[in-house]
Amino acid sequence: MTLLLIVLIPLLGALLVPVAAARGRMGAAWMAGALTATALGLLLSLAPQVFAGEILVSSWAWMADIGLYFSFRLDGLGLLFALLILGIGLLVILYATYYLSPKDSMPKFFAYMMLFMGAMLGVVLSENLILLLIFWELTSLTSFLLVSFWRHRSDARQGARMALAVTGGGGLCLLAGILLLGEIVGSYELSVVLASAELIQNHDLYAPALVLILLGAFTKSAQFPFHFWLPHAMAAPTPVSAYLHSATMVKAGVFLLARMHPALSGGDLWFYLVTAAGLVTLVFAAYVALFRHDIKGLLAYSTISHLGLITLLFGFGTPLAAVAGVFHIINHAIFKASLFMAAGIIDHEAGTRDMRRLSGLFKYMPYTAVLAMVAAAAMAGVPLLNGFLSKEMFFVETLALQRLDEWAWLIPALATLAGVFAVAYSLRFIHDVFFNGEPKNLPKVPHEPPRWMKIPVEVLVTLCLLVGVFPAFTVGPLLATAAGGVLQAPLPEYSLAIWHGFNEAIVMSLVALVGGVLFYLLRHRLFALHARLSPGEFGAKQVFDGLIRGLLNTSRCITHLLENGSLQRYMALLVGAAITVGIYAAAQHGAVNFSMSGTSIPINGVAIAILVGLILAGLGTVILHRHRLPALVMLGVVGLCVSLLFVYFSAPDLALTQLSVEVVTIILLLLALHFMPQEAKADSGSGRRWRDALLAGGAGIGVAGLTWAVLTSPFETLSGFYLEQSVPGGGGTNVVNVILVDFRGFDTFGEITVLAIAAIGIHALLQNLLIKPNEPGRYGWAPAKPPLLLEVISRPLLPLALMVAVYLMLRGHNEPGGGFIAGLVVGIALVMQYLASGVEWTQARLRVDYFKVIAVGLILSLLTGVASWIWGYPFMTTTFTYLYWPVVGKFEVASAMVFDLGVFLTVVGITMVILAELGKLSGPLAPRPVQNKGESR
Amino acid sequence: MEILISTAIGFLVACGIYLMLRARTMDVVIGLTLLSYAVNLFLFASGRLTSNAAALISPDAVVYADPLPQALVLTAIVIGFGMTAFLVVLAIRAFGDLGNDHVDGEAGK
Repeated sequence: MTLLLIVLIPLLGALLVPVAAARGRMGAAWMAGALTATALGLLLSLAPQVFAGEILVSSWAWMADIGLYFSFRLDGLGLLFALLILGIGLLVILYATYYLSPKDSMPKFFAYMMLFMGAMLGVVLSENLILLLIFWELTSLTSFLLVSFWRHRSDARQGARMALAVTGGGGLCLLAGILLLGEIVGSYELSVVLASAELIQNHDLYAPALVLILLGAFTKSAQFPFHFWLPHAMAAPTPVSAYLHSATMVKAGVFLLARMHPALSGGDLWFYLVTAAGLVTLVFAAYVALFRHDIKGLLAYSTISHLGLITLLFGFGTPLAAVAGVFHIINHAIFKASLFMAAGIIDHEAGTRDMRRLSGLFKYMPYTAVLAMVAAAAMAGVPLLNGFLSKEMFFVETLALQRLDEWAWLIPALATLAGVFAVAYSLRFIHDVFFNGEPKNLPKVPHEPPRWMKIPVEVLVTLCLLVGVFPAFTVGPLLATAAGGVLQAPLPEYSLAIWHGFNEAIVMSLVALVGGVLFYLLRHRLFALHARLSPGEFGAKQVFDGLIRGLLNTSRCITHLLENGSLQRYMALLVGAAITVGIYAAAQHGAVNFSMSGTSIPINGVAIAILVGLILAGLGTVILHRHRLPALVMLGVVGLCVSLLFVYFSAPDLALTQLSVEVVTIILLLLALHFMPQEAKADSGSGRRWRDALLAGGAGIGVAGLTWAVLTSPFETLSGFYLEQSVPGGGGTNVVNVILVDFRGFDTFGEITVLAIAAIGIHALLQNLLIKPNEPGRYGWAPAKPPLLLEVISRPLLPLALMVAVYLMLRGHNEPGGGFIAGLVVGIALVMQYLASGVEWTQARLRVDYFKVIAVGLILSLLTGVASWIWGYPFMTTTFTYLYWPVVGKFEVASAMVFDLGVFLTVVGITMVILAELGKLSGPLAPRPVQNKGESR
Repeated sequence: MEILISTAIGFLVACGIYLMLRARTMDVVIGLTLLSYAVNLFLFASGRLTSNAAALISPDAVVYADPLPQALVLTAIVIGFGMTAFLVVLAIRAFGDLGNDHVDGEAGK
């Protein structure tokens, strides 16, 4: 539980910091500091157990089915990293409090920082690998926020974007790698994974899993060739650089190498991949660091180089190399964080970080200069400082490496060369900044920083000295525990003494020191040579930018190809894609069996006549489509043929519905024609028409084939249940209606809701629409009075039609009819009044708010469903009983009928909203456009 | 008989899609209506087609028409009407606001 709290306190702290900021800027800093100190205290309370060799694990199931547990683990390695994160975090908070200017939002900065801290703690304390990955990606996201903290600066935004793209992309690789690993081991828990080295390394998936996991680690730890994001991330405020880009986040990659060391290391693949990446990074970055003029740029490349060193050590795969790697993680975090802080002080107090302008600062800030010099000496590996010790161990390990046979000299030689560069750039940092003449054109006169800003640097530099002089007393136990956590095995023999006698490693150190000084003395010639050899910047950023640009251009091209704003093209692509997929599927699974064996429908003259009528009417619609009125007549014929087909094939309900919908649809389309052009000239050329005909023909053939295959293949239906249960269960003999209102009532409820939404949409679309009906004459309709005969007949017809509707409605449960059909019939009867007597006349007499009708219908349907809860039945359980009515006789009453009444009301309301709203537009009540319709908007 | 039914459905689909590929909104509406007829018929046919089958439960019925596709198609018809209506009104609105009835809002794209 304590373990969980350590991670949660900073994460929740991100919420508390802005709250505390209500008490002023310092409130945020105090809150952040107090929370970090609390978490650190909790961690220290657990430390004795870890030092005693225990591994603390606490676990909660999250999604156990996929192996995801909310589980945390504290062992030596986790303890070391958590100490670094919280300890240095505390110092950075103190430092940042004085570093940030009054213009910067302190609450925002500390909230981001707490989020990052929590994420980072999650990475190092996770027991579950998927959980680890979630926190891993969270560190990428929060570091994006921190790097882009000065969002008004474009270099900060670009740097943050690049860092996110590279580390986030690496995180995706890591996800894939972890999933493969989980597939191999069968668990994502570290305890299991770390104990399955043999199983993992002999598995076929080992190589891909390893490569993917290493991609994650290398991108995060800025290993070559993914190193380029780190220097650009230096656009962040310096406390962020000190925290993320030296002590913690970039260490997540090497943490992962250390964490997975027992499970993945040892084989040749691991050795060559990790060693090569580490070695190249070590030498290359040390060389580049020498030529950076920006202090933070120099430190950034130096960090990359040191990360390469640590990676190289883990690549060796031997226990002693791992111990050296852990040791260097500790030392690097300490001296590099203090160096970044010193760089921030110089920037803050002198106004620039350019080493060509900064010189002779010793006079102005001697105290800071001494601190920075000690830290830089540790970076160079000067004896009696912590950096020297781990570098010595590193040199010893390069010499002890047995693997490369005749190439064995290569790694020690390159390591010494990197040492030479390291001494040279450390010397440059000290000499160029603090000595080397007078400062040139500084924006302000440099001076010592506030007292409290120096304290974090002092603490860290003191640690450098203490560890360097008394390693066994200070860092010894922590190193032993952490290294034990890495190896998950007994520790090898090693000694932390300062002096091991005169051996090869000492010679290498001496060569590095002397060579570095010589290099620095010759720097002017070197700079000239470097300038000649490399005309421009190193290409990584250009390559990255080029890749991003290419990606954007490609996607823009594809988007434009598919989505150029032409609906016609989308339609064609859609149909074309459907045909292609259909052909592909047919080719994959064998063509449909076009045999006559399954045929069962007897040939009948009536049916043939209907079908031929259907085909001819369809053809007519297409041929006449540019003359809208005849085309609509043809469309009506198609609809009638469809109704007849329903009649012929024993579906009376469908026929009734189709017939009434047909009437309503045609009236609607005719109304629309009152506003839209009635004739159209041919828009597309013959090429386009042929293409469309081809597409349409292809789709038609496909559907015909599919229908044929369906009709002739063996058939099994689940309708037996409905047929059996309709009378005993639903109380009705019209199975279709019983299915609609009873068995699948919930579906029907959803459908009438959709209809109601469509009606509301139509209402909204017609609001404030200014459109002029077509002028009487060639296209428009004469405003003549409707025929008297129609007017006279339609009025007595209304009650008759309503009666028919009630009849259809009541009998619907047992005979063809029901709410849908009855609703449509009422709708048609009412629309008849509009047609026969005019909008004005009808409107005056029919003062019904159709939206209320829809609402009542929907509520009624819903209540029928809810009512069954009252009697303890599931939603929409129905019941029925029989009553005896005088004269009528036995009469059924079913609760489903109330539901059907709801359907009925909704359908009436919707039909009337659609038609009456449209009808109103053309009547005298319509809003009149002031001007020509083209200019009205 | 199956072959004629399949042909009719396929032909309706072809007519509907051809019209939906036209450039004027009214043609698209008509095409969509044709297409929904075809889809409804296809759904209906998936329950197999029988003439003279009983649609209601009765003691003397021998063969019943499959009621499930019928129930599905019934709601599909009504929803299809709602969709057509929405589309028509959208077309009118577009015509009113844009001053033309091209599907892309302007001719010649």
